[in-house]
Amino acid sequence: MRSYVPAYELRAPQSLEAALELLEREPDVWRPLAGGTDLMVLFEAGKLTHRKFLSIWKLSELKGVEVTPEHVTLGALTTYTQVQAHAVLQREFPLLCQAARETGGIATQNRGTLAGNIVNGSPAADSPPALLVYDAQIELVSARGSRWVPYQGFHTGYKTMVLRPEEIIRRIRLPRTKQGWRQYYRKVGTRKAQAISKVCFAGSAQMQHNTIRDIRMALGSVAPIVLRCARTEAALRSQKVSAGAFAAAKEVLAQEITPIDDMRSTAAYRLRVAQNLLEEFLLQLQNNGGDESHRGLAAAES
Amino acid sequence: MKKHLIGRPVPRKEGRAKVTGQARYVDDLVFPGMLYGATVRSRVPRGRIKGISFGEGIPWHEFTIVTAKDIPGENYVALIAHDQPYLADGAVNHSEEPVVLLAHPEKYLLEEARRAVQLEIEALRPTFTIEDSLNKKEIIWGEDNLFKSYSVEKGNVDEVWARADFIVEGEYRTGAQEQLYIETNGMIAVAIPEKGVTVWGSMQCPYYVHKALMALFGLPADKVRVIQSETGGGFGGKEEYPSMIAGHAALLAWKSGKPVKIIYDRAEDMAATTKRHPSRTRHRTAVSKDGKLLGMEIDFVIDGGAYTTLSPVVLSRGTIHAPGPYFCPNVRIRSRAVATNAPPHGAFRGFGAPQSIFALERHLNRVARAIGLTPEEFRRRNFIQPGQTTATGQVIRENVNMNHLLERALVLSDYHAKTARFARENSGQRRKKGMGFASFMHGAGFTGSGEQYLASVVELEATPQGRVRVLAASTEIGQGTNTIFSQIAADALGLDYDSIEILKPDTASVPNSGPTVASRTCMVVGKLVEAAALGLQQTLVGSGYLPEGYTPAGFERACKRYIESHGPLKSSSQYQPPPGIHWDDATYYGDAYGTYAWAVYVAEVTVDTVTFEIEVNDFVAVQEVGKVIHPVLAAGQIEGGVAQAIGYALYENVVWNEGRMFNSQMTNYIMPTAVDVPPIRVFFEELPYSYGPAGAKGLGELPMDGAAPAIVNAIENATGVSIHHIPVMPESLMEALAVTEKAVERA
Amino acid sequence: MPDRVNKAEITCTVNGETLSLKAYPMARLLDVLRQELRLTGTKEGCGEGECGACSVWIDGEIANSCLVPVLQVAGSEIKTIEGIATGEQLHAVQEAFISCGGAQCGICTPGMVMAAVNLLERTPHPSETEIRMGLAGNLCRCTGYMKIFEAVVRACQATGVKA
Ligand SMILES: Cc1cc2nc3c(=O)[nH]c(=O)nc-3n(C[C@@H](O)[C@@H](O)[C@H](O)COP(=O)(O)OP(=O)(O)OC[C@H]3O[C@@H](n4cnc5c(N)ncnc54)[C@H](O)[C@@H]3O)c2cc1C
Ligand code: FES
Ligand code: FES
Repeated sequence: MRSYVPAYELRAPQSLEAALELLEREPDVWRPLAGGTDLMVLFEAGKLTHRKFLSIWKLSELKGVEVTPEHVTLGALTTYTQVQAHAVLQREFPLLCQAARETGGIATQNRGTLAGNIVNGSPAADSPPALLVYDAQIELVSARGSRWVPYQGFHTGYKTMVLRPEEIIRRIRLPRTKQGWRQYYRKVGTRKAQAISKVCFAGSAQMQHNTIRDIRMALGSVAPIVLRCARTEAALRSQKVSAGAFAAAKEVLAQEITPIDDMRSTAAYRLRVAQNLLEEFLLQLQNNGGDESHRGLAAAES
Repeated sequence: MKKHLIGRPVPRKEGRAKVTGQARYVDDLVFPGMLYGATVRSRVPRGRIKGISFGEGIPWHEFTIVTAKDIPGENYVALIAHDQPYLADGAVNHSEEPVVLLAHPEKYLLEEARRAVQLEIEALRPTFTIEDSLNKKEIIWGEDNLFKSYSVEKGNVDEVWARADFIVEGEYRTGAQEQLYIETNGMIAVAIPEKGVTVWGSMQCPYYVHKALMALFGLPADKVRVIQSETGGGFGGKEEYPSMIAGHAALLAWKSGKPVKIIYDRAEDMAATTKRHPSRTRHRTAVSKDGKLLGMEIDFVIDGGAYTTLSPVVLSRGTIHAPGPYFCPNVRIRSRAVATNAPPHGAFRGFGAPQSIFALERHLNRVARAIGLTPEEFRRRNFIQPGQTTATGQVIRENVNMNHLLERALVLSDYHAKTARFARENSGQRRKKGMGFASFMHGAGFTGSGEQYLASVVELEATPQGRVRVLAASTEIGQGTNTIFSQIAADALGLDYDSIEILKPDTASVPNSGPTVASRTCMVVGKLVEAAALGLQQTLVGSGYLPEGYTPAGFERACKRYIESHGPLKSSSQYQPPPGIHWDDATYYGDAYGTYAWAVYVAEVTVDTVTFEIEVNDFVAVQEVGKVIHPVLAAGQIEGGVAQAIGYALYENVVWNEGRMFNSQMTNYIMPTAVDVPPIRVFFEELPYSYGPAGAKGLGELPMDGAAPAIVNAIENATGVSIHHIPVMPESLMEALAVTEKAVERA
Repeated sequence: MPDRVNKAEITCTVNGETLSLKAYPMARLLDVLRQELRLTGTKEGCGEGECGACSVWIDGEIANSCLVPVLQVAGSEIKTIEGIATGEQLHAVQEAFISCGGAQCGICTPGMVMAAVNLLERTPHPSETEIRMGLAGNLCRCTGYMKIFEAVVRACQATGVKA
């Protein structure tokens, strides 16, 4: 343990209201601590610069999954284990389930939360690409009220985001509009389980015969934030799936992402693999023509 | 008298304590008034210490602070050479070099304090690579940066090139590898100037620590006591470094007058303690048209890091294993261990052999291809046969049959059918499959005259209750020492498994049975246990108390009567070399090892050309290891070694940054998980060895040698790309594939 | 020296026994178990959530105690390796680890047993893939995992496991 433990404060407010009040009174002094799977790792390494935390782990207001005809709404504290176990998510949001299944080991899945994954702001996080593909929206609450923001645009740069110091994430909402879209997710990590992503790809497309009517693509670990690849999407929208369209899209993708060299991988590898994954995704659209199932998932058979 | 335990999977002696969490490892021990210790390290790869200052805001008066000037005896870690200081005094030669030690009752505060110590170090130009060290860009050690060099000569290599039909050359590299035992290094010391020094801790070699502490404190042997606590894995990583930590804890205890515990956290353990030596091997091989080896020239270099430590012996084993299990009439091996400004590299399962065997087994595939033979056919034509000599002139006296091992491994892995099928099906597939194998051997026990120098001793003592205690310094580190010693002693004496007790290694009460390394514990020390047991029996028989065909109850009666009339009932046994063993250190000629274990390993892999990920899908390990004392433990050794070698081949990449390990976290230094290992299928052949207990040989290191080349050979089979280094990270496979694709385009 | 915060008073249940203790709120559950409660069966292998040597159950779910601040277990039920056997009677998983050779050096074993027992409670007859995935958060450097898989399979075959 490389931090001076006695100097760190942790309080456990009994209600969301109490938590928000404290955040309002002393913004930037208090930070939420949910499952701790990011914060405690920093703490161990002596890299936790912030000193005062509010444990929100037991706040029931931030828990539970709610299903309405339009949306599936997940409490901020929804864990990876809970994501995988939910029948509607399994059926309609398989990419999120797969991301959850491939995050850490069971112990991490039991404690790690979706909101924590988002706010931690790692470009290598595995759920955000799926959330981007599903056009997720996020509810931010403070003592003064709540606001919904699209997840697309939430991250403004490396570890910066639109969340204000006195706000916390309360819920994450997924519109149930992707039924019938073809889905693809593939995480490329350092090993088969419990690995940090070197590249992570989530894609979904609405096909009409051989034409891409609409498409979403998001990649992890190829830019300072998890990136929705809007330009590549635009290059593919309304295109017939063909070798020419693939080649053009791969070029656009190369322009759109900005991978780097780090201790886990190289920029060249990330670029090449991102392009290869795009091709694998598109090939699948081609192979399955008008068939509107999620068979895409088979690509990530690991 | 019944003999029934050897060859049977009796329950592990300390199994119950381990599965219930009752086993006590060093960090589980607490002493009254104990302080915690921490190490302040240089952080500069090479330089001169100009000053040490203690920053503000820390109650320094509460701390015990130790620097080089507090050392009562010699400031070096006594091992082979005396060049590595306990605490840097003037010069620093790597960036994890200990400079200041701190102790305080509160662990949390210790970390704050460690950060507040500032070292002023004038930087000197460091050397980080084998090439820079060989080129003597800077002289950083001795006169020429060489810790040790060997040359082995057999026949006349210079003559063969002219008459060779083929000459094949290649260069191969292996990276550093972290042992990554799950229990980090740790020690507790009690040291009182008048009384002496006692340490408890995680270690493989209590008498190494003992020797080092005697020198550090200038104390006689009886004033230093070293006790092993339960040890959570070693793999070589707890062979030499425990002497360093024990010394540090003891220095703090000596100065403070209180017990001091030092436990490394994972990051410190990974960065500061020893790792496997990186290596570079160059081969030049002459072969005839009919596929016979005519000559081999091998240049083997290992990076020893900043101090000598065990590099000379690691180099020696790597050198002797470099020509593999093949017969070649003309061999020249030149080998060197060089200095760099990295933390010293050290012992790790295989001890130099995995490096040189990787090079050879990759190279021979290249040779086979050059002369148009399959890898298996080329090896068949060159396997060493009984009566032939190795590169050091050792005549193979055992009935080795490498051909048989190869055939069996190929059949068990369905090698021929699979290679044919993959060759048919791979083209156009994004996931390409391949098969590869490696043939190799591993010498058991110390190299050359090592065992004679060690002259190990084991004692057995019987109690009036008819229980027998084994007294040895050989440590249980997971490999099963306690269990196999009990089996051997019980069978030799015709007793039950439970009537044997293994004393915890404690230098105050056990004799020096040598270090727990080099696959020697079962074969060499186990033989001493057997001999001492027979000695005990003879004493009882000779005294007239023990009848022929006795029962355990009879044994108990005899012990009781003997002890009542003669006092303690003990028997000891000391190592004697097997007859006819000769070794000459000066010429590096003779019987390098008493015996070898022999093996052929086959790997099946899939390479994903979308992501360049490589997975091992099946693994067959066939080996001849003499009599298998305990089938479950033996298979467990092989499986664990293979998994570690899969990591060596595919995942475990030490990222260096200015001589420091950059990825010293488990998140970033990747070892295989339960999902990454294939089924590991283990098969033994048993040719009893006359000088091992019940015919056993050593096997602990063997599995580390062959898996990596088998896997890389399989990658070549799958992709057509020849890779010459490990680990094969997806990034490097991508580059290699791109180079090959370009070459194909140009052709 | 930075200022210290007040220790918190925490009540929780450990291996069936309810206790109150005082600790710094951010102290790791791992340290409180090992140092305050002297339950040293739970091990530290990394402190970063990677190795699983520190696995315990919190309210029936497996967790890495190195990543849990002790304040978060106030009101929770914790089970450690010391609470797996019933008196002298080992759990079937523990028996199987001994007979199959699932423990070598033993340092990963408490965590591995906690994960394996937890897996079997959730999935009484796991497939090989489920066993592998269920134990992927517990690293073992000694065994190569084969004997651990065998132990889990043998434990579910053994009578006495809740199915
Ligand atoms: C061994 C291990 C393996 C892992 N593997 C993966 C992996 O494969 N893929 C992956 O993506 N991640 C992985 N992670 C990280 C993943 O577990 C975390 O990102 C997790 O989702 C964070 O959630 P948490 O509740 O634990 O966050 P915490 O650590 O509690 O908090 C993280 C950040 O989020 C903030 N926060 C938390 N909740 C809220 C909220 N409701 N509103 C506002 N701010 C909030 C906190 O203030 C903090 O800044 C791994 C972690 C570990 C330890
Ligand atoms: S010590 Fe907690 S996961 Fe390694
Ligand atoms: S038994 Fe040693 S780490 Fe698993």
